[in-house]
This record gives sequence, structure tokens and C-alpha cells, in this order.
Amino acid sequence: MELTGAEITIRCLQEEGVEYVFGYPGGAVLFIYDELFKQEQVKHVLVRHEQAAVHAADGYARSTDKVGVALVTSGPGVTNAVTGIATAYMDSIPMVVISGQVPTSYIGEDAFQEVDTVGITRPCVKHNFLVKDVRDIASTMKKAFYLAKSGRPGPVLVDIPKDVSQQKAEYSYPATVNIRSYNPQTHGDIGQIKRAAQLLLEAKRPMVYAGGGVVLSDASKQLTELVRLLGVPCTNTLMGLGGYPADDKQFVGMLGMHGTYEANLGMQNCDVLLAVGARFDDRVIGNVGHFNSVPRKIIHIDIDPASISKRVKVDVPIVGDVAHVLADLLSVLNSSKQKPDAAALKDWWKQIEEWRSAKSLAYKNSSEVIKPQYVIEQLHKLTHGDAFVTSDVGQHQMWAAQYYKFNHPRRWINSGGLGTMGFGLPAAMGVQLAHPGATVACVTGEGSIQMNIQELSTCKQYKLPIKIIALNNRYLGMVRQWQEFFHGNRYSHSYMDALPDFVKLAEAYGHAGILVEKPSDVEGALKEAFARKDELVFLDFRTDMTENVYPMVPGGKGLSEVILAEDL
Amino acid sequence: MRHIISLLMENEAGALSRVAGLFSARGYNIESLNVAPTEDPTMSRMTIVTSGSDEVIEQINKQLNKLVDVVSVMDLNDGDHIERELMLVKVHAMGEAREELKRIADIFRGRIIDVSDKTYTIELTGSGSKLDSFLQAIDHSLILETVRTGASGIGRGDRILKL
Repeated sequence: MELTGAEITIRCLQEEGVEYVFGYPGGAVLFIYDELFKQEQVKHVLVRHEQAAVHAADGYARSTDKVGVALVTSGPGVTNAVTGIATAYMDSIPMVVISGQVPTSYIGEDAFQEVDTVGITRPCVKHNFLVKDVRDIASTMKKAFYLAKSGRPGPVLVDIPKDVSQQKAEYSYPATVNIRSYNPQTHGDIGQIKRAAQLLLEAKRPMVYAGGGVVLSDASKQLTELVRLLGVPCTNTLMGLGGYPADDKQFVGMLGMHGTYEANLGMQNCDVLLAVGARFDDRVIGNVGHFNSVPRKIIHIDIDPASISKRVKVDVPIVGDVAHVLADLLSVLNSSKQKPDAAALKDWWKQIEEWRSAKSLAYKNSSEVIKPQYVIEQLHKLTHGDAFVTSDVGQHQMWAAQYYKFNHPRRWINSGGLGTMGFGLPAAMGVQLAHPGATVACVTGEGSIQMNIQELSTCKQYKLPIKIIALNNRYLGMVRQWQEFFHGNRYSHSYMDALPDFVKLAEAYGHAGILVEKPSDVEGALKEAFARKDELVFLDFRTDMTENVYPMVPGGKGLSEVILAEDL
Repeated sequence: MRHIISLLMENEAGALSRVAGLFSARGYNIESLNVAPTEDPTMSRMTIVTSGSDEVIEQINKQLNKLVDVVSVMDLNDGDHIERELMLVKVHAMGEAREELKRIADIFRGRIIDVSDKTYTIELTGSGSKLDSFLQAIDHSLILETVRTGASGIGRGDRILKL
């Protein structure tokens, strides 16, 4: 049967089982929008800015194990989407972005709303395509979904010129896909896995360091089993939170720039380190030279060979899907007669507990001014640690990561790699649509929320009862903190003057807003907000203006060169 | 250290820019890069001469392999290989120099492929250092123009890079 390119595009989405497309129409995608209109299977969510479409698709993908889909028009539609695409790329989120392009005969002529989409997005996608022949749409879409989801996941962009979406071709969706140049390795080398098992069994001070790869690979179960079997401490990266249950006694908290004392010192002082789906980035290990100054054996499991020995030299590299490799490692360990060195582990735990007793996350609460940490603790308590929590970027993000104890994967949704302010609210929309009955909280700041505040309108249209937890300290808090520590208290352009009345703003968009100024009102306000199950409630918490995030490993410093709250 | 990397990639629009973009985005050096179709019209062969520490070269190989359009990658320095480069040199060839240039070209097994009253155009192939030596051997002031292809390389004996 002959179909137009636009019809084929929508058919492909149906074939892939796509539930939601987040998008914004425009000239180059009019034929595709016309086909969306004629069917009901694929639901379209109209955002208010293309960046939000991509973040919403991203939040949808992170909170499920599905591919997020966004649809934007050519030119500014694409350039607006780039921040979202780069965000997904840095965090390896499976996503397909469909963009309209000017008609093929206009390409290169600086036509109205023309940009070199494939060129602009090339450095921040896993792969991209410009479809110049309508007969190639179906096979390209099949490849796009396959690439997005397989191997190390990532965003894939398909650019479709307007005339191609209008032309007709025979349609059949390919049953299989074969890309000769792309064969991601899923199973790890068994020899290396045995070497890893041996190192772990002989270790005196072993440590497990698990990242976002555990979440993406749905390997929490295997990780938890492994950590318990070995009796070792486990830390998660910002991206890995929820990959190991935070309530577990073997969990030593998040590591990195704002990680716990015990996690960072454990990382620095261990003799065998098992890195699982993590990539030793600068916010995690700080100064590479300092990290390498202590000898330790490193085992690194990652689906992406290029992530191994990129920043830190690895002794036992294992390329493969984390879930598969951990399962193999578990079966090797289970069939081994050797057991972990109990005496050495006992000493190691004694050391860890000593570090833990520093209580690096302790803070002094106040009855005068709202402490941001307290708000997150109350949020955790009221939602029983079971909410989906999205965040923007800055101090509030770190406090949410530190004080909301995530026991399950895919509950903590934040932009870890790119650090994109404006991510939280649109991501929460994607999460809420994927989980209609669930509690979704967006922890944000008064700076970040204004970067995509227009999405309050989308939330109204689609009745998304997100709870916005704004930790409003009137400062770009993380910038202010760095200025206090490293720039002689010169608060250059970090004070947020002329803030809107967020309660009125929420009301103007048809939502509810609550202003909270006293610590004694925090719990009540949260309770009230969560009781309003069908409404979006914007909670404007006026928090301590000068609170800092501790502990802190300053940029360029080593993990043991940490600033603790009590040091100041 | 200098490395010569040979790769096969899909003959798709934009494949070259993916490789070039990778090098600039990650701050890798490119000394030379050449690309042309192979006997299989769906694939192109690219030869890149780069330099860096062992760690950087390892990353370059891995990052190239990660590009979806790249079919296979071989670091020719990992084994025995042959390397050739083509150079075309146009020289000012009058008076005594005319004879001398012909003689030096012969010594380097170069060929004169175009002649005018005032100039020779000499074709020379060999390793990069041989071409450099030729340029040093002739009077620098006589050189009007040089065109070099950058190195191409191939493994010795049974060492092949194929799909």
C-alpha cells in the first residue's frame, strides 16, 4: 500500500508502541501533524517550548524503560531542542527526536527556518539521519529506535524534509534491523569476569561504585545481590541513586563533589574498586592525579568500551551490559569455594563506620528560617521515600540527592551530565504521563524553575498534578556558594532580583500555590499539597538565603580534600 | 607518538564530518586525513595520521569505533605496515637549475609529469620523510607550489582491514 512519508512516520511510531509524542508544530512538520490528527493510538502532548518537549520525552524515558519521542519543526524548533538533546546524550537516555526540515530542493539555500540540523546536533546525538527519500523513512525509523535503545543508549535524530513527508512510497515496517557497523557487546568476557571475582574475593578493602548504567540496564537486583554477597560498602553516583537501596546498611551514600565523607574516603582508600556503569567523571573522582596517587585495583564494567580507561587506568575491563555481566559475576562467585576475607572486611567496615560517624550530612535546623535540607527530609517522610522526584540544577538538586533516600531505580530524575537548568518541570511532565497515578515532585529553585516556567500551561492542559517544591533562597545558590568559597564573597549577578510572586503565577496558570515562610509550616504545607491529588501545587519555600551544600570537594581537588560543614 | 589509523566507513553523506567532528570536539590532532571510495562502492577508506600518548591513541581508536558509520578501524602501528604519500611539486626550472632538478628527481625516483619553459612539475611517492628529504635537497627558493595527499597505509603480508 502506498502511503505518504508523514503517514509512514506515524505508522512507524505505532509499530514501536509509542504512547506519547512530545512536540510543537510548525511549517516543516505540518504533514506529520496532519497524520497525528487522523489517529488516536499515538497521543501528542503539546508543550510550550521545544526544549521542554525533549526534556519531557527524556523524563518519560528515564522513569520507564522505554524510548522517549519528541517532534519538532525545522530551524528554531531544532535549535530550541538542542539543549534537551544534549542533556539526554550526556546521561545516555534512549530517545528518538523527529525534526522537520525544509523541502529537499531548498536545502542549502538559507531557506526560511532552515538550519543544518544534522550538523548542529551531530556532536550531541548517538546518531542522526537526514531522510532524503520517502522510501527510506521506515527503515530509518527502525534503525533510530534500535540505536536509541541498544548498546549505550542515547538520543537519535531523524530529520525529515517537508516534501519527503508529502511524497508517497510503499510501506512495510522492517521486522528486523541490521547495521553492519554497529554491534554492541552485551555479554562480558568470562575470563575477565573470573579475574574480577578473584580480585573481589581477595580484597581487604573492597568498594562498589555504581552509576547510571545500573539504572539504564535495570540491574538493581543483580547489584544488590552482589553487594550483599560480598559484604562490601556500596556508593552510588548522582546518576545511580536508587540503583542500590539507600536504606540498606551497606549503602554509604552518594559520592563525588557533594558526596558523603564515608563514600569519598572509601573510594579513595579502597584496595579493589568495582565500578559498575559509571565513568569516573570529574564531579565524581575530583582530581585524577590525586585519585591515582593511591594504589588500588580497578574493575570496570561498562557497555561502552570508550568509557573504560578514559580518565582512570583500569586493571580488569569488562565490556558488556551491566545486568548480564553482574549476573555472570554472581554465578562465578556463587560457584566459588573461596569466601570473602571476613577478618579484613570487619576492619574495613570499622574504618567506614568511623568515617560515617563524622555525620557529614548533619545540619543545624532552625525554628526561625526554613532549612532546605529540612524541606527535603519532610518531603521524603511524607511520600514514604516512594515518589518520583525530578530536579533542576543547583543546590536544591544536591540536597534532593543527599536527603531524599531513593530505594528504587528510575525514581530520581535529574540532569547529571549536562547540568541543565530548566529540566525539572518538563521532565516531571513526562514522568507523570508515564505514571498517571504516581506521586511526582519537582524539586527546583527560583532560578531553574523560571527557565521553563511556561510549562505550567502544559501541565494545566494535560491535568498533570505535579508538586513543585521550590527551594527559594533568592540566590542562584550554587553560584553564590562558589562565589563565597572561591571568589571572595563577590556575589556577581547571582542574586535573583525582581522575582515573581510564584503563588500568583501558579494561580494565573490555573494551578494552586502556597507560600511557606516558617519552618513550622513546612510539614503542613507539604501535607496540604499532597492531599490535593488532582492538582498541581506550587510550593514556594522561602529558605535560608546563605545555606551551603556540604560536604564539598572543591573543583580540581581530591576526594579526601573535602570541606565539611563543621570546618567553617 | 605518531600513529597511522586506517578505517572503513559507510559511504554516507556526512560520514566524513562525523570523523572530523570527533577529532575537533575531543581535541585530538590530525596531521593528515584522506578519504576515497573502495572497491565496494558502499564503503569508503579513510587514513588518518595522528599523534598522542598511548592513552589518547587508545581513546581515538575506541571513539572511532563508536561512530555508527564506522565499519572497522585498524591502528597500522600495531603491526608491520607500508606507508606511502604522493606529492606534486611545481618548481622554477630555468638555466642550471633545470638540469639539476631533473637529476635530483631521478635520484628520488620522481617523475616529471608536466613541463613548461620555466617550470617542472614533479611527481613523487614515498614515505612522508622521503618527500621531506626531497624538498630539503632542492633549492627552497625554486619551489612554486607543493601538493601532498597525506599518508595512505596498508598492513604487510596477511594483515588486512576488510569488512
